[in-house]
Amino acid sequence: MAVFSIVLLYGPLIVMAFFSFNESRSVTLFTGFSWTWYQQAAGNERVQEAALLSLQIALVATIVATTVATMAGLATTRTKSFKALPVVYAIINQPLMVPEIVTAVGTLVFFGIIKQVTGVYGLGYLMLAHIVFCIPFAYMPIRARLEDMDLTYEHAAADLYATPWLAFKRVTFPLMLPGILAGAMLSFVISLDDVIISLLVAGPGETTLPIWMIGQLRRGLTPEVNAISTVLLGVTVLVVSLVFLLTIRKR
Amino acid sequence: MTPSKTDSSVDGSVAIEAINITKIFGSGADEVRALDDVSVTIRENEFFTLLGPSGCGKTTLLRLIAGFEHPTAGQILLSGSAIGHLPPFQRPVNTVFQNYALFPHMTVAQNIAFGLEMQGKPRAEIDDTVKQMLLLVRMQALAERQTSQLSGGQQQRVALARALAPRPNVLLLDEPLSALDLKLRKEMQIELKRLQHETGITFIFVTHDQEEALTMSDRVAVMNEGKIRQIGTPREIYDHPGERFVAHFIGETNFVEGELISANGSTGQVRLTSGAEVPASLPAERVAPGRVSLVIRPEHAELTENPDAGVFQGQIDNVVYFGTDTHYYLHLDDGTPFMVRLQNQRDEVSTFARGSRAGVTVKGNAAQVLLD
Repeated sequence: MAVFSIVLLYGPLIVMAFFSFNESRSVTLFTGFSWTWYQQAAGNERVQEAALLSLQIALVATIVATTVATMAGLATTRTKSFKALPVVYAIINQPLMVPEIVTAVGTLVFFGIIKQVTGVYGLGYLMLAHIVFCIPFAYMPIRARLEDMDLTYEHAAADLYATPWLAFKRVTFPLMLPGILAGAMLSFVISLDDVIISLLVAGPGETTLPIWMIGQLRRGLTPEVNAISTVLLGVTVLVVSLVFLLTIRKR
Repeated sequence: MTPSKTDSSVDGSVAIEAINITKIFGSGADEVRALDDVSVTIRENEFFTLLGPSGCGKTTLLRLIAGFEHPTAGQILLSGSAIGHLPPFQRPVNTVFQNYALFPHMTVAQNIAFGLEMQGKPRAEIDDTVKQMLLLVRMQALAERQTSQLSGGQQQRVALARALAPRPNVLLLDEPLSALDLKLRKEMQIELKRLQHETGITFIFVTHDQEEALTMSDRVAVMNEGKIRQIGTPREIYDHPGERFVAHFIGETNFVEGELISANGSTGQVRLTSGAEVPASLPAERVAPGRVSLVIRPEHAELTENPDAGVFQGQIDNVVYFGTDTHYYLHLDDGTPFMVRLQNQRDEVSTFARGSRAGVTVKGNAAQVLLD
């Protein structure tokens, strides 16, 4: 059963990566090794534009979402516990519970109204949507890290004449940094490969990399898409490995 | 030499004064009264121990002095001025935490320098003090180590150095030895005593270990259920416990019943159930003549060969050999269990065997009358 699961999980990825190095157009018959499709993808202006846009959105979403999540993490673990705390957790984690397509439709309608009322258009809406669904992903490792951190470190700092700000700067922040970095990287990956919300919220011309790829697939499978997918896979594996390394407990 | 519950006769200058402190956690049905109208005066340069079982309020009192908690009622004075309203970082008081709480992202030297940096001391002075502190706790060689690479005893020393470096008026120690193994604990007891002597800083030490309290302290406050039951030197607490709880919590004890027939100042005469009369020490609070409970320490009693002699008579139920001494577990003729501890002499063969009858004598006025 375990073997079956692993084959089913990783088989497609391996096949995809394998055929991205195929010499010919075929995605079923391997004729020889080549970098052709990577070169073609890299040279494709559409791909360049889409990748750049995706990176821009992911970067903004990561920075803002991680900052918000850091503050939320401090607020939910470093203040006196109150009765409504589970409700706060639920609200912060809401995007993880609600089906993404529902959030996407809701966001589309909501933004539609705002656009009509204000007359303001632009990339900001897509970025805002990304920021919002990235927050819970950034929040999870940050909160885990903070809950793991003994409060006596902060008490010790205060005991040794550190004002609240200095205690945060010199003790709390350096100790929670691995959690923040893990949250940022998760946000980055989640934003980078989001399809559903981007597809619905993106305005004309706002083609992110995943949206472009879906468009390509409608016209038939090419090893070029395989190549891009493989690069995305590589980035994801790298980031997830770093997150793992940052969050394992040093004991 | 009379046990006292209050703490009026304090000489020397005062380091910390807690006045009528009450601390209540929670509210309504969940209300917990951690401290109940506690008053205590701690002198400068004193090694003062708060001793009691877990949940007695000793750690709460320490946290109130450090500033991590605020009293529900009452006042805390530091060198005469009220500090109850100050946050922890404004109190010239440092803490050695139970789990040490060394900053894991800093080296030993950086940990020790932290308090001095926060005080805004110049770099040269900081470096100087850090060196002195490393020397004081004998950790010079490990200055650049990460704290995670240290053993328990070494971490303990760094925690001490870090808390002592800013030269606080008072050092608070929250069960700092409880995580160490027995041998290291004994070593650190001596080390702590030395540090206190060399720095001249007032130490307030929290422990549930009565032996630790007796060996290290200048004075001990025995606490139970949010109240201080007795304050005194280790000798006073051990030899003249005022209450059943104090006597029971510290050392091994025999409790016997008797009747106080006359009282004269701090001593009196008690008639035991066996009919014999013994002199006894009285607590500071007046005890009316009548039925009283007495404490007799096992080493303050002796066995007599003649089973009809002594103030008590009983039967030996068990004999346990401990190397330096032997413990004899008796039950007296009125049914009360009684233990006698006799020092072992070389090559001497004890004649007191299990199952035999023996008389018990009590040395001097080693019997102590209790308040309750």
